[in-house]
Amino acid sequence: MTAVTYHWDFSFLWMYRWLLLKGLGFTIVYTVGSIVFGLIVGLLVGLLRLSKSWLVNFPLIAYIEAFRCTPLLVQIIWFYYAFPVLVGVDIPAHAAGMLVLSLYTGAFYAEIFRGGVISIERGQWDAARAIGMRHIQVLRRVILPQAVKRMIPPFINQSIIQLKNTSLVSTIAVADLLYQGQLITSATYRPLETYTTVAIIYFAILFPLTVGAQVVERRLQKSD
Amino acid sequence: MSAAEPPPMIEVSDLWKAFGSLQVLKGISLEVRKGSAVALIGPSGSGKSTLLRCINLLEMPERGRVRVGDQIIDCARGKLPADKELASFRARTGMVFQLFNLFPHMTALQNVSAGPLFVKKLPAGEAKELAMALLAKVDLADKAHDYPSHLSGGQRQRVAIARALAMSPEVLLFDEVTSALDPELVGEVLDVIRSLVEEGMTMVLVTHEMAFAHEVAKTVAFISDGAIVEIGSPRDVLEMPQNARTQAFLARFHSFARTFART
Repeated sequence: MTAVTYHWDFSFLWMYRWLLLKGLGFTIVYTVGSIVFGLIVGLLVGLLRLSKSWLVNFPLIAYIEAFRCTPLLVQIIWFYYAFPVLVGVDIPAHAAGMLVLSLYTGAFYAEIFRGGVISIERGQWDAARAIGMRHIQVLRRVILPQAVKRMIPPFINQSIIQLKNTSLVSTIAVADLLYQGQLITSATYRPLETYTTVAIIYFAILFPLTVGAQVVERRLQKSD
Repeated sequence: MSAAEPPPMIEVSDLWKAFGSLQVLKGISLEVRKGSAVALIGPSGSGKSTLLRCINLLEMPERGRVRVGDQIIDCARGKLPADKELASFRARTGMVFQLFNLFPHMTALQNVSAGPLFVKKLPAGEAKELAMALLAKVDLADKAHDYPSHLSGGQRQRVAIARALAMSPEVLLFDEVTSALDPELVGEVLDVIRSLVEEGMTMVLVTHEMAFAHEVAKTVAFISDGAIVEIGSPRDVLEMPQNARTQAFLARFHSFARTFART
């Protein structure tokens, strides 16, 4: 045998269990936090994007495309290293990380939200207007209840991707799961076991969520 | 017009509407007396549905004036009435659509009570009572708790009529309401409309049901290329059309013409 025989040993990681758990905690906080903030941004932007005014739409499209058409990693680095130069104020890593993650996913949520609303047939607007509903009532009573159903599957998918996206904040020294893995590796020189464990933890969380999302999607289809 | 006659319920004057470069309505004027039915006939793309949609301002005409009852909207290019003003105008002008447009996430009862509940702000109990009475009127009391997806086309359209009636509109607009129905379901919808005519509801119908137009309408208007080409009693317009375009259009409804020639 010419291959180097590697002796796998995960036992040392037990020593670092609290560190990994803490990292996982950060990852979950960043995921949930950026989903909540992103949802607020996305709802607001998506709703405003329904306006026919070019003046309203232009800056919003600019925002959405800026965040959709540049890599998230570039955005994180730009906000952490370049933006402070521009405004002359330092941004702490955790704030920059949360801000970028939220704005990034918010751009996608905005499009999911708008897509759901415009997917509802024009006849629904006609009928609701014809009985005298005002614009906001049409949205609330007729369009949104139908649109939300269509938004749920893409929303879940985007949110699952978002959990993976949070690993990028490790590049600006936010102590998430991946960052803790890097710390452990540099202390133990055992990247194979450490990063494998990190990957397994991500998988253990995401796989059930993905399966759950498929179940939800199938149920929604059935109820149509 | 004799001095004793009241003003018409609907008055449309010099209405113009374009979609992009396509001029769909070219200065249409039309009057509908209270309690009468006017049928709009004509080839598809002639502008008759657009005219109907302009009467309750689902489409904003770019020029002209629309009056329904005592509500007047003057249209000038680039000037849109406020959302609130439009809503209150439409609340008193019922409309029924070709594709029903029922709200799929609401039961028949919820569809009918939506207007009274959310627009008129009636208490829930009263709205429900009103909706039940109207569903009974269109003979669908037993379907009150069914969702639209469980109803036949004819039943859906009758729910849609009840929904429009729930706002106690001054006029009803029917936009090809039987065109999407299977032939055997047309009759039940026409029966409901017929009984509304008998009750004295003011209405405008865009229709391809010539026999029905002949039966219920007091006035028939033939619209072609965005203008009213011929207007008069059903007898004049449908049986003895003067205009060549009306004649050509009606020639396609030959069997109908023969039916009336015999009677």
